[in-house]
Amino acid sequence: MNQGIAFYAIFFAAIFTNNILLTNYLGMCSFLAVSREVKTSQGLGMAVTFVLAVTSVLNWLAYRYILLPLDLVYLRYIVFIVIIAAFVQLLEMIIERVSDQLYSSLGIFLPLITVNCAILGVSLFMVIRNYTLINSFFYGLGSGIGWALAIISMAGIRQKMAKSRVPKGLAGAGITLIIAGLMALAFMGFSGMIKIT
Amino acid sequence: MPLAQLLIGIGAICGVSTVLAIITMIADATIANYGEVTITINEEKDVKVAGGKPLLGSLMEEKIFIPSACGGRGSCGLCKVKVTSDVGDYLPTELPWITDEEKQDNIRLSCQLKLKKDIAIKIPDELFNVREFQTEVASLKDLTYDIKEVTLKLVEPSEINFKAGQYIQLQVPEYELSKESVYRAYSAASPPSIKDSIQLEIRLVPNGICTTYVFDHLKVGDSITINGPYGEFFLRESQRDIVFIAGGSGMAPIKSILHDMQEKSISRNATYFFGARSVRDLFLVDEMKGLEKALSNFRFVPALSEPLEEDNWKGETGLITEVLDRHLKSGENTEAYLCGSPGMIDASVKALTANGIPEELIYYDKFA
Repeated sequence: MNQGIAFYAIFFAAIFTNNILLTNYLGMCSFLAVSREVKTSQGLGMAVTFVLAVTSVLNWLAYRYILLPLDLVYLRYIVFIVIIAAFVQLLEMIIERVSDQLYSSLGIFLPLITVNCAILGVSLFMVIRNYTLINSFFYGLGSGIGWALAIISMAGIRQKMAKSRVPKGLAGAGITLIIAGLMALAFMGFSGMIKIT
Repeated sequence: MPLAQLLIGIGAICGVSTVLAIITMIADATIANYGEVTITINEEKDVKVAGGKPLLGSLMEEKIFIPSACGGRGSCGLCKVKVTSDVGDYLPTELPWITDEEKQDNIRLSCQLKLKKDIAIKIPDELFNVREFQTEVASLKDLTYDIKEVTLKLVEPSEINFKAGQYIQLQVPEYELSKESVYRAYSAASPPSIKDSIQLEIRLVPNGICTTYVFDHLKVGDSITINGPYGEFFLRESQRDIVFIAGGSGMAPIKSILHDMQEKSISRNATYFFGARSVRDLFLVDEMKGLEKALSNFRFVPALSEPLEEDNWKGETGLITEVLDRHLKSGENTEAYLCGSPGMIDASVKALTANGIPEELIYYDKFA
């Protein structure tokens, strides 16, 4: 086990220096598609954070207590994805129950969290990096907050940009990707403060 | 090792999946279970339905039919209902269809509103008169290469009362293109005086759920369920001149209105502009010519936008809006009735208002 790093270091690293979206470019699909309005992206950000925090724990438990002892590590993709899928299904039912607003504005992107690569990415990274349960939880939570932070800032920028004149050829996905690149550059300013591997 | 390893692997995956499936099923029975919900209609009638489903569909199961052209996808904006109890804020999917005044009245789109608790609604009394009819296909006739005339004989109830110009909804059963039955709106082409059958004109929409069913599966003698009548598209009582505009299967309600005028001896000045691409898109021309003789002040003006050379077309050419510009002298004392695609309607409304017909005297049925 990698005991070397404190959970709070991992937590902050996951938000800033190693932001899953802006340094690994994982979870781009919904990042580009649901970042038009701050309100919706807050909803999606919260949903992704919640899913990340919980699935990283569930997947850690499944990995540590089922896959490792049985020597089935090579089945981890299947098991991780099944766990994530079931969890998102539960979350969908809960959101539909609690908020029609959020449910209808997230639309198709709620089930698509299942295949948000940031979520599988976090589970795989934590396994590769040999995190403890506590570290995994904070890594998942931090990654989720980092992802939410990135999509909410993007939505804020895009909302402002709705009134500005974007060159025709760049409108839509083009300018969004450029902004994502600039945001990634800005986040690079944090790099070196904490090192996690 | 291989067999044991295989069994352990399968066992592990099955075990994990089983546990997750059980948890999800428990959630479905608890979190996603909304129990029974009571809908109070016009403060006089209570119906109990299973919760969690959209209001439109639940009312339909109770044989109360709110008009809807798209079948509950939220793309026609017709199924508006006044809600008098608190059901939460408007959903993003409703907002494009709701005006500010309607918001004050708490008018909601019933296909988007999911029933989670008891609800009180107000609907126009005549919707209680909307009924479901069992019918039998009496005849199928090709009007053009892509428009079919479908005649349905009413079985139970055996008579329908409607106003010329109104529409019914046709229920398409489950079949290969659609896992659930869907409803599509079609105007009656037959006049109201024929009560024991109803005629529809259906144009083939490539891959359309309903039109594919009608064109490829429907046979004479088949049973089909319809409900109706609905709609505000009927001839207003006045002494104004009338302009009818239609294209394609938009012929149906106009034909019904014209026959109705003939039977009631209404001899107002009327001009019917029928837009088509080329001669092969024209139909019922003889019947319209016959109506010109029967109704002394009626004129039928077919116009082709892209006549082919072999058509030898001597009549009007150009887009329907150009033809309108040529024919409308002044819009004074004129009202207009339009039926067709949203594009055609929007363009025609523009041309009509530009020629002096006020918007409140332009009536239309938009079929997307």
